Amino acid sequence: MTGGTQEIEKKRITGRPEIFVREWFADYLWDLFCPGCQTPVVARAVAEALDELGIGDEAIMVGCVGCGGILIGGFDLDRVSPAHGRGPDVATAIKRIYPDTIVFTVQGDGDCIAIGAGPFIGALTRSEKITIIMVNNTNFGTTGGQLGPTTIVGQTTTTSPQGRNPAVEGYPVHTAEIAATFKGVAYSARGSLHTPASYQRTKGYIKTAFQRQLDNVGTSFVEIITACPTNWHLTPVQSLKYIEEEIIPEFPLGEFKNVTSID
Amino acid sequence: MAQKILAEGNEAIGWGALTAGCHCFFGYPITPQNEVIEFLARELPARGGIFLQSQCENATINMLFGAAACGVRAMTSTSSPGWGLMQEGMSNLAAARFPCVVVLVQRVGPGVQRLTHSQQDYYSATKGGGGGGYKCIVLAPASVQETHDLMQLAFYLADKYRHPVIVLSDGLMGHVTEPLELKKLEFGPLPEKDWAVARKGKHPDGKHVALGASYNPLKGESFVSYLEDMRNSYKAIEANDVRYKEYRTEDAKLVLVAYGYCARTAEEAVDMAREEGLKVGLLRPITLWPFPSKPLKALADKGCQFLVVEDSMGQMVDDVKIAVEGKAEVHLADASFRHMTSEDGMIMPSRVLEEIRRLQ
Repeated sequence: MTGGTQEIEKKRITGRPEIFVREWFADYLWDLFCPGCQTPVVARAVAEALDELGIGDEAIMVGCVGCGGILIGGFDLDRVSPAHGRGPDVATAIKRIYPDTIVFTVQGDGDCIAIGAGPFIGALTRSEKITIIMVNNTNFGTTGGQLGPTTIVGQTTTTSPQGRNPAVEGYPVHTAEIAATFKGVAYSARGSLHTPASYQRTKGYIKTAFQRQLDNVGTSFVEIITACPTNWHLTPVQSLKYIEEEIIPEFPLGEFKNVTSID
Repeated sequence: MAQKILAEGNEAIGWGALTAGCHCFFGYPITPQNEVIEFLARELPARGGIFLQSQCENATINMLFGAAACGVRAMTSTSSPGWGLMQEGMSNLAAARFPCVVVLVQRVGPGVQRLTHSQQDYYSATKGGGGGGYKCIVLAPASVQETHDLMQLAFYLADKYRHPVIVLSDGLMGHVTEPLELKKLEFGPLPEKDWAVARKGKHPDGKHVALGASYNPLKGESFVSYLEDMRNSYKAIEANDVRYKEYRTEDAKLVLVAYGYCARTAEEAVDMAREEGLKVGLLRPITLWPFPSKPLKALADKGCQFLVVEDSMGQMVDDVKIAVEGKAEVHLADASFRHMTSEDGMIMPSRVLEEIRRLQ
């Protein structure tokens, strides 16, 4: 992209120009997401975590299919885009071939724990020394807002038009809590981005997750709650309130497992 | 002189992979290929390689995707039901143009059926069984020695064309025991794998590498330019790497066409027919894609008839019909020619000979 266009991009998101001096972000990243979407905020948190740990040139990123897959294009890293849900399988092979790199996936909740539940559980079972970052917006965003594995009870989606009914669709899956039950997992946490403070905490979770991989302890996992105003049919501000009042009571934030060695 | 041992076909797959310098193997147990994963679980880590048993074939093919993205020599093996699970991954490997080797030891299909030999996966191997629009190079060994040798060729062709290669065996070829000479084959120089991921800090130009199954507009590619590149690559494969063997075809009036274990059956049937003075030969495709259409057409132009011997209800026979362009009669000895009607039956030379006599 030319410098001129870059200037326009910077102006369009005034208030956060510092992002564009960070080499992690491709110039086009912000064009690809809906207004109020927090997936690019995940990109920023991941990029800052890599930057602050000084491991960017040593990292290989594995993407996904879905909104999280769009995010991968913004990173100035070696990266591989796998089939839907298969990120942990692909990352497994890469990490075993290059054990001295940082290998991480960024996946949506559908990619990670619906179609990708097998690869996810497989990686945790084998205690793969990779980091899995799951972006949880409680629906399938890219395809138009269908029921996801994390859709909360009563939440309306295009394939649960009356709201998620436990008698029909069961209950939302708690991925961070599941990950914490695996012996081979070093770290599992759930964060959000709905306030500046929660952003900082979540970035801390990501850094800890990368650190556990650097220390070769076990699999590390971070689930990040993000707003999806388009498919939630809310304004961006209403979406942050919805996270606070409806989603966090279902998906509590915090660290569910954090160990520095596995005996 | 190279070491000579007795080995079964599935072990020859492993020996061939080791000789070719295979670095990674990903597998999941399934009959009748379990000897492959057991051999490599034992032998590959001992040589500094990576062996990993996955949670399913869907995982193995995607682990292969990750390994191939790193540019190392990597493979998996499976049998027909697992092959079905791998199809999305095969399509992505071909779309991403990742070099790798997939061994398919065919068993009785369709569906789960039984555990023994069959040749029911010809279509899905040669025509692209996943999301459409791609083809894979398919090599079909007909002996233990050839299994070993074609494994080495498979890794070479994969790297030469940056493309997945299938080695198509079956339950019989996998379990027959024959002498095997462990010789390393030389095929010539290969292009550098400067396209592979390594991590940004490792690339000489300091630029990152981004790989995936779709075209990249940031590299100036369009969907059509991507398809054109793929077509040109396929044309190069078809121009340079069609492989087949002709046997006693010089004066043949009837030419048998068969691959894998059925080629062994057909070869013996040819010898039996020749003893009776019948002018019969064999054309054995070694590459099922690219298919040896030109030599078949040349035989058709000479006035030959054809008898396809294959242990399915007729799949390769379609490619033979396309090849001869209506210039010759094409007959079929299929799975109904088995000496037993059970899954244990095989097509025997004597039964093929009966059909040869009938066609005279």
